[in-house]
Amino acid sequence: MVFRFVLRRCALAVPSLFGLLVLTFLLIRLVPSDPAVVMAGDAATPAQIAEIRHQYGLDRPLWEQFIVYTGKAVRLDFGESAFSHRAVSLDIAQRLPATLELTFAAMGLSILLGVPLGVFAALRYNQWPDFALRMLSVFGVAVAAFWVAIMLQLLFAMQLGWLPLRGELSVAIPPPTRITGSLLLDSLLTGRFDALRDGLAHLVLPAVTLGLGGLASIVRFTRAGVLDTLQQDFVTYERAMGYRRMRLIWRYVLRNSVTATITQIGLLFGGLIAGGVVVEAIYDWPGIGSYTVNAILTGDHQVMLAVTLMIGVVYAAVNILTDVVHGLVDPRLMDQT
Amino acid sequence: MIPVLSVRGLKVSFHTDQGRATVLDDVSLTLERGRVLGVVGESGCGKSTLIRTILGILPDAARVEAGAVVFEGENLLVFSEQELNQRVRGSRIGFIPQDPLLSLNPVFKVGSQLLEIMRDHAPPGTKRRDHIKRLIELLRRLQVPDPDTALERYPHQFSGGQRQRLLIAAALACSPGLVIADEPTTALDVTTQHEILLLLRELVDEFDISLLFVTHDLGVVAEVCDTVCVIYAGQTVEAGLVGAVLQTPTHPYTQALLACHPERSTHFVGIPGNVPSTLRMPPGCRFAPRCGYVEPVCSMALPESLQATSGASVRCIRAA
Amino acid sequence: MSPILRKLSRDLPAMLGLALVVIVVLIAIVGPWIAPYPGDVTASHLARRLKPPTGSFPFGTDNLGRDILSRVILGARGALTVAFSVVALSMAIGIPLGLVAGYRAGFVSELIMRVTDVVLAIPQLILALALAQLMSPSLESAMLALSLTYWPFFTRIVFAEARRLSNSVFVDALRGLGMGSARIVFLHILPNAASPIIVRATIGLGFTILTAAVLGFLGMGATPPAPDWGLTIAQSRIYLPGAWWYALFPGLAILLTVMGFNLLGDGLRDLVDPRLRRSR
Repeated sequence: MVFRFVLRRCALAVPSLFGLLVLTFLLIRLVPSDPAVVMAGDAATPAQIAEIRHQYGLDRPLWEQFIVYTGKAVRLDFGESAFSHRAVSLDIAQRLPATLELTFAAMGLSILLGVPLGVFAALRYNQWPDFALRMLSVFGVAVAAFWVAIMLQLLFAMQLGWLPLRGELSVAIPPPTRITGSLLLDSLLTGRFDALRDGLAHLVLPAVTLGLGGLASIVRFTRAGVLDTLQQDFVTYERAMGYRRMRLIWRYVLRNSVTATITQIGLLFGGLIAGGVVVEAIYDWPGIGSYTVNAILTGDHQVMLAVTLMIGVVYAAVNILTDVVHGLVDPRLMDQT
Repeated sequence: MIPVLSVRGLKVSFHTDQGRATVLDDVSLTLERGRVLGVVGESGCGKSTLIRTILGILPDAARVEAGAVVFEGENLLVFSEQELNQRVRGSRIGFIPQDPLLSLNPVFKVGSQLLEIMRDHAPPGTKRRDHIKRLIELLRRLQVPDPDTALERYPHQFSGGQRQRLLIAAALACSPGLVIADEPTTALDVTTQHEILLLLRELVDEFDISLLFVTHDLGVVAEVCDTVCVIYAGQTVEAGLVGAVLQTPTHPYTQALLACHPERSTHFVGIPGNVPSTLRMPPGCRFAPRCGYVEPVCSMALPESLQATSGASVRCIRAA
Repeated sequence: MSPILRKLSRDLPAMLGLALVVIVVLIAIVGPWIAPYPGDVTASHLARRLKPPTGSFPFGTDNLGRDILSRVILGARGALTVAFSVVALSMAIGIPLGLVAGYRAGFVSELIMRVTDVVLAIPQLILALALAQLMSPSLESAMLALSLTYWPFFTRIVFAEARRLSNSVFVDALRGLGMGSARIVFLHILPNAASPIIVRATIGLGFTILTAAVLGFLGMGATPPAPDWGLTIAQSRIYLPGAWWYALFPGLAILLTVMGFNLLGDGLRDLVDPRLRRSR
């Protein structure tokens, strides 16, 4: 039953992804500059430009180019980065683990802190803890991530010196052998606890910066969900039948309250991707975000488009996952669709 | 033989934006062991507040100003929240709510919910396996279809009547001495209502429980209850044996209620006037403004509860 | 109208939001007249560079000796201009598309909604960055890029409303009376969507200011010497930690402005549809 549900949701996502392919294809063709000219360089003769145009298939009809493009995209061939002169897919594969580390750290922070705080705020409705948490939520969503990053760096790295300023690992510590690509996992697997400790220290500020917006959002929606649920008749019944208070709140009330939170977590991912770009750039985090910013600044179109496409796919996958989790939490939804 | 439940002079008020609302003002009732007591009143007369006071689940804005709720010899009003939760709710007092669909947690299997009640309140030494066995037996007795698999299903997969039976099973699971039923048949269709009422009566006799049956329908009282207590505007106005009260009602309100009942009157009859607001109660008898037998003395002072010829205790000067 | 205003006035956070928005709008309007050193948009006074906050320079000075308070005040104008332009353009694109898609089902309607799905398939910032990069980096291209990523929100709102009403008996009756489609759409369908549109626009203003600040920070928006808040923060980085005021105050300006729009938007949303009260 779950399998069919997932299949159905995937099928719905296909048209959007196809549209994304079309969009990215058109975008690169809309660039004012002639790609053949750009690739040939300034000193190229018209003959050389024509040669390059033919070599890259740029003189074929548009729809034919699109098919070639799609074929390549499916095989994860995104061409070469104008900056690094390596295959874009290779660059991305190398940088992906760092971004995943950061994203999961931020998400973990947001959820593991956000949900309990949201419940806490709801239980202390209209008292001081509730007001304080609501203010935090308002700030968290309104604040500019890049500014928070700079402020945190200012305070914790520059003034207090408690945490490192940038990067993934201190220069003095040699990185562990690369097994998975993730610094933390590799350190753990090779027993390099010095690198692990240092890596974790470097992860703190970026993860907090990235997770702040999500934390604010999750606190807000969990609180609302819990408040709504507490009004329900079944909560009265569960109290009347002597359910233990802690279990009542954390098991029976919470599961009903998280529908809105789960939606938020799905949307959160989009925010983490977008925010990740800026946060990685500021903290010099060697992930896809800083790769993207670099591509922007150097006008590396191939990279930009590859990243856009990849993000679209990830986003679609996250949305499907969100729906599945919704269905698992509330079985009524699975029966409906 | 002390009564299972004895409520004496209960007064409960709520804090609202417009002031202090006294929802229950001198409510008294007695439930004998193995009997069914019907508590009758219109919507808003304080029936829910009464139940919540007994169970100790009043909202924060409420305050018990006076009275006692004596259950099996102990005054529940002095119990702490923890004591109530561990020793009373779910274990010694069972509760059957009004709306079975809204009262069951939609995202948990029915079994989880029922087992949760037994988790803390079942006799020590019993294990989850035993609890499950007991529940299945109860479900079978209550004629819930497929009792062996019922616990694995979700609330929305049952019909209204089946859900109510599940809740009755929940109420009986820990062998309580007292069961409080809050209009348990209001949310059901007429045929199912009748079945559930019969079932409840059978269970009372079979399991030797005492049942506090709250309702707005005198017809239901006639079917199921041994004694009845009529509440108007937060006060007990008439209480006694069902036979006595329903056949020879003494209080004008009881008489009016009976007269309006669809089974008694052929045309639509109501009681003229409105229930007084809980914020501003009239001095004297609260039914006086709507009473057909009102006399000047009625509005001056609250009448005492007197013994009428029927044997019922009635709060009206006409009882004498 | 007044019972609605009265209800809003009891919502404290919304009132705070309204106050903040009004203050920022006023600052944007009268900026040049209230800023202590209005010339500091372009002028430079190297003699007083990087001075900490004092009486004469409450927010300190930047690396060119310019008064940061004045530049923050003047930056408000830029921020709000961008925000209002972007939201207006998004509405101009999104609302008509939504009306067309919702009013009459068919191939065009499907096409529009699929395009909407595609644009919403990527986080706004990424798409805006991709678009801004393809055009030459400037404030105008940033604004255009942002508009092109935000219009789907309006389309969806209007589509839902138009779809709902176009099948209603009431519209059938109007058609039966011979009323033309254009009139039906503009006089009867559009006003129904007005409330959610206003809510979305308010929230969009806050979101745009934030995203435009990011673009400015990355160098994809305003160019020096414009007193753009994001750009200023970017410029401040190399002078940290010494000149902490350089980064602090523009950031606070962004925070308070966006907060104002968010709070106001939430308050309006609670007014418009209490059922949507998911976050109070």
